[in-house]
Amino acid sequence: MVEFFQNLLGHDLGYVIGYVIKALVVIIPLTLVVAYVTLAERRILGFMHARIGANRVGPFGLFQPFADLLKFVFKEIITPTKASSGVFYLAPAVILICALATWAVVPFAPDLYFTNVNAGILYVTAISSLGIYGIILAGWAGNSKYSFLGGIRATAQMISYELAMGFGIVGVLMVSGSLSFIDIVNDQAIGKMHGSLLSWNWLPMFPLFLIYLISGVAETNRAPFDVCEGESEIVAGFHVEYSGTPFALFMLAEYASMILVSTLTTIMFLGGWLSPFPTTWGVLGTASMAWLVVKVLILLFGFIWYRASFPRYRYDQIMRLGWKVFLPITLVWIFVLGAWMVSPLSIWNY
Amino acid sequence: MDINSILFYVFSAILLFSGLKVISAKNPVHSALYLVLAFITASCLWMMLGAEFLSLTLILVYVGAVMVLFLFVVMMLDVDLETLRRGFWKNLPLALVLGVVVAVEMLLVILKHPLTDVVVNAEPVTTLSNSNILGWILYTQYSYVVELASMVLLLGLVVAVALTLRKSDKAAKYQNISKQVAVDSRTRFKMVKMDAEVEEEHKGEQQ
Repeated sequence: MVEFFQNLLGHDLGYVIGYVIKALVVIIPLTLVVAYVTLAERRILGFMHARIGANRVGPFGLFQPFADLLKFVFKEIITPTKASSGVFYLAPAVILICALATWAVVPFAPDLYFTNVNAGILYVTAISSLGIYGIILAGWAGNSKYSFLGGIRATAQMISYELAMGFGIVGVLMVSGSLSFIDIVNDQAIGKMHGSLLSWNWLPMFPLFLIYLISGVAETNRAPFDVCEGESEIVAGFHVEYSGTPFALFMLAEYASMILVSTLTTIMFLGGWLSPFPTTWGVLGTASMAWLVVKVLILLFGFIWYRASFPRYRYDQIMRLGWKVFLPITLVWIFVLGAWMVSPLSIWNY
Repeated sequence: MDINSILFYVFSAILLFSGLKVISAKNPVHSALYLVLAFITASCLWMMLGAEFLSLTLILVYVGAVMVLFLFVVMMLDVDLETLRRGFWKNLPLALVLGVVVAVEMLLVILKHPLTDVVVNAEPVTTLSNSNILGWILYTQYSYVVELASMVLLLGLVVAVALTLRKSDKAAKYQNISKQVAVDSRTRFKMVKMDAEVEEEHKGEQQ
């Protein structure tokens, strides 16, 4: 596609325009998915609470996200008088840019990606650690004690769980020996179990998989780890002072990072676009983007399900879980994995 | 001028500007943010040199962890800038001398080994990614140095824990987490069988 624009518009300009369009091809569907995940969340939560949920705007409430968006856009944007206004508007921008920029290296199918870089995982972890700044700055800039406390809580929690997630990633890197997502998925397609469900990374790295999944929920500040919102104590967390479009940006970023965590879990532990069925099964057995989408949707449903099922953790329990339970388990399992890989029982010698 | 040189000059300008703002910004939070910007721009420059591992690690470690803690401290401490700036003119002569010494040292090094001697556009020796190569070197040739560095870091960790651990305080109350986690409904909650209580005089009010 980039070559097409380069032929049309000359080398440099075509390069830039080609990549901008390529980026839009990723970002626009992502935004739509975010819109419908919010709707799905409201409908599913409604179902789980034995009530109806948003079903008024359009058939089955299908136009509800757009109604919400219009409401946000036409609301007045209020800047608190003592807010540090530059930083106040920088924060939602930072958080959104980081939530979207991570998608640059995420592949959707073996030949469908924005870029394939050989340090993809490092890039994703680096950019998502930048996203923390959005939260801490939003909490600080509003010049409100409540939002500041919410920001500090959220940041401390995200830093803690980032460690556990990082060690989960280390396990995956050890067996695949590559930082590129495509290599990681391709490595799960071969092995003693011949690329079936059982050869994916989730089975030999089950503790790491579980910890990555749970830390992903904590990392995106979703229930039951949503103490940064903890409305009973600190009103609404780091975004108390925001209204209108900037607030919508925080919501967009939260759901985009939910989808990102689900996609990364799928790619690293659940075989990405690989099919769970043997290759002899025709369409069902071929690896395609549809399988990635199905797995991501299952994980996203989980995110909503946890919210309906579990009560919120107490803050000290969250910190204890991250530092004293998850971190030691990942460290031990990485040691076990290393011993397993060099032992004659290794299933990764091929 | 090709696009790479343009990008290089843009990034360098941002880097110099943000470096200057770190020490001249009025608000300490703003200077910390300019330091973050400086780190990110430096990492972009490294990325342009093809050192993707180093540049991403710079963001991950310094921006993602160190600077966040920095910001925590700066935001929570009530830093009074007037007291910080009071000694400026008194300390200026010493600072100037030190600055000149550092500048002269750097000039000597650069003049001795001009930058053009470094091969800039060298062909990559291998096709391995540079995280792969760095890993090999660190864990074979420099394995003892890596171990040593990790021991130093571990020492820092132990010292930090030892400094903050104050278990001797008898009056302080601690939560017994394992006890808290072990409770279930039977220890917290008891079902009692009793007859329904009906108070005659309130019967009418409830309607």
